[in-house]
Amino acid sequence: MSVSQTTFHEALLDPSAAVPDGLLDAEDRPAGRRFSVYRNNVAVSLTEAMHQAFPVITRLLGPQNMDGLAGIFLRKHPPSSPLMMFYGEEFPAFLAGMEQLSHIGYLADVARLELALRRSYHAADSQGVAPDALALPPEEIVLAKLEFAPSMRVVRSDWPLFSIWRFNSEEDAPKPAPGAEDVLITRPDYDPAPHLMPKGGADWIAHVQAGHTIGEAFEHTSAEFPEFDLGATLALLLQGGAITSVTIERLAT
Amino acid sequence: MLDSSLRSNRLPAAPGVGYKPQHFDQILDHAHPVGWLEIHAENYMGDGGRPLAQLRHLSEQFPISVHGVGLSIGGEGPLDPDHLSRLKHLVGWLNPASFSEHLAWSTHDSHFLNDLLPLPNTDETLARVCEHIDQVQETVGRQMLLENPSSYLAFEESTWSEPDFLREIARRTGCGLLLDVNNVFVSATNLEFSPQGYIDAYPLENVHEIHLGGHDEDEDDHGRPLLIDSHGREVVDPVWALLDYVLDRSGPKPVLIEWDTDVPEWPILRAEAERAQAALDRIPA
Ligand SMILES: [Fe+2]
Repeated sequence: MSVSQTTFHEALLDPSAAVPDGLLDAEDRPAGRRFSVYRNNVAVSLTEAMHQAFPVITRLLGPQNMDGLAGIFLRKHPPSSPLMMFYGEEFPAFLAGMEQLSHIGYLADVARLELALRRSYHAADSQGVAPDALALPPEEIVLAKLEFAPSMRVVRSDWPLFSIWRFNSEEDAPKPAPGAEDVLITRPDYDPAPHLMPKGGADWIAHVQAGHTIGEAFEHTSAEFPEFDLGATLALLLQGGAITSVTIERLAT
Repeated sequence: MLDSSLRSNRLPAAPGVGYKPQHFDQILDHAHPVGWLEIHAENYMGDGGRPLAQLRHLSEQFPISVHGVGLSIGGEGPLDPDHLSRLKHLVGWLNPASFSEHLAWSTHDSHFLNDLLPLPNTDETLARVCEHIDQVQETVGRQMLLENPSSYLAFEESTWSEPDFLREIARRTGCGLLLDVNNVFVSATNLEFSPQGYIDAYPLENVHEIHLGGHDEDEDDHGRPLLIDSHGREVVDPVWALLDYVLDRSGPKPVLIEWDTDVPEWPILRAEAERAQAALDRIPA
């Protein structure tokens, strides 16, 4: 009796499936509980990986609920690569689709933020420009094009995402108030840090990433967000080492 | 079959430990920490950040062993080309003292199961594993060491004993072997064979590294002992005794302490490494 890896794999992920024939103990009796060691290793190690990957979700739901969710998630979405540090890419969509959790609408966004923090942690190293790199006359600043650090991440949300994250990660953080908050992640050295993004900042960054100058991006952004604070956005990026190059294309004279 | 010029294992015959980031400062502060460090390859396959910075730093002071846990050498399907090139990249820039993987499978239908799953010792497995090892050694450009598994059950279809199976793989591919002495003890208890008999049959001349780790104790459906390779505690006395048995026959080897779950404070891990040093010291030069 040979046991294919397809059979083994199916029985591994389905706790109600029978132990495959052809697996034995030392006295040639069916392996029974011995097979459960593998079942258990897979479920426990992946559940543990989910706890580590999503600490704020775990805190919001409680560890036992997280165990239950992880148990369903890992069977639906086993890791697709051996890079366990990136496990859980599908978790935000999975959370959004859970009927029982629809009363906590912001969970998926919190999961996206936790994924973005991990992506930032493992992103390529880069050198931020000097803090005074943009200490230029205004007419030059508007012509500048910027490049951002690979570790910089933007997470948009219709929920007060930054406040929710902070309330569940820091002691004595204020209670979240209603309202939409985007989050900017910068990584000055090796530790990614989330910041509250100024209103419109996410749009402005997207315009700059699309190749627009600071000035063009500002015009696009303030058309929609008249209150957009360019100075505050640039300060956050500069302090976080998230701007890696400043190029100014001067007009030919 | 591997070109013999690529057999470059440079781990010292000294104790090493599995590296855990929480021990970074203590390892660097310690005057004589350990002879070498082992890392799990997959944890260092990001693009940058602290893990790689720490590894670059440690590699300036310690011989590093790259131990893969995700290649699925025994998988029925082809090896994952992306993962293979990530390994090639890591081994390429780090130029580690040793590179090893497991006689196991962990990926099926592009699902990675995060566990070392068992293989039947058949001619079919042998052919497949050898083909995969050839591919790994060709791609990565150096010899790999293959580690013996911990077994909780046996396959009815197996026709080879494990030591013969490993000897044949090493003969056909030119790979070296990593002998996990705790795994031998765990398998011998679970499948009721003599661990010394296993060592007597095992090709010690191909061993370039030894692993030691802690295991958990459980019972099967019939109340028989079922040991589980958890790497979550101290190495037990019978495994230290089995290490002595091995070293008496193999001579000095690099000996690694694996501790991957419930990772202890540095002094506890370091004490295990000292015990491995004592085991190495007692064999006549
Ligand atoms: Fe091992």
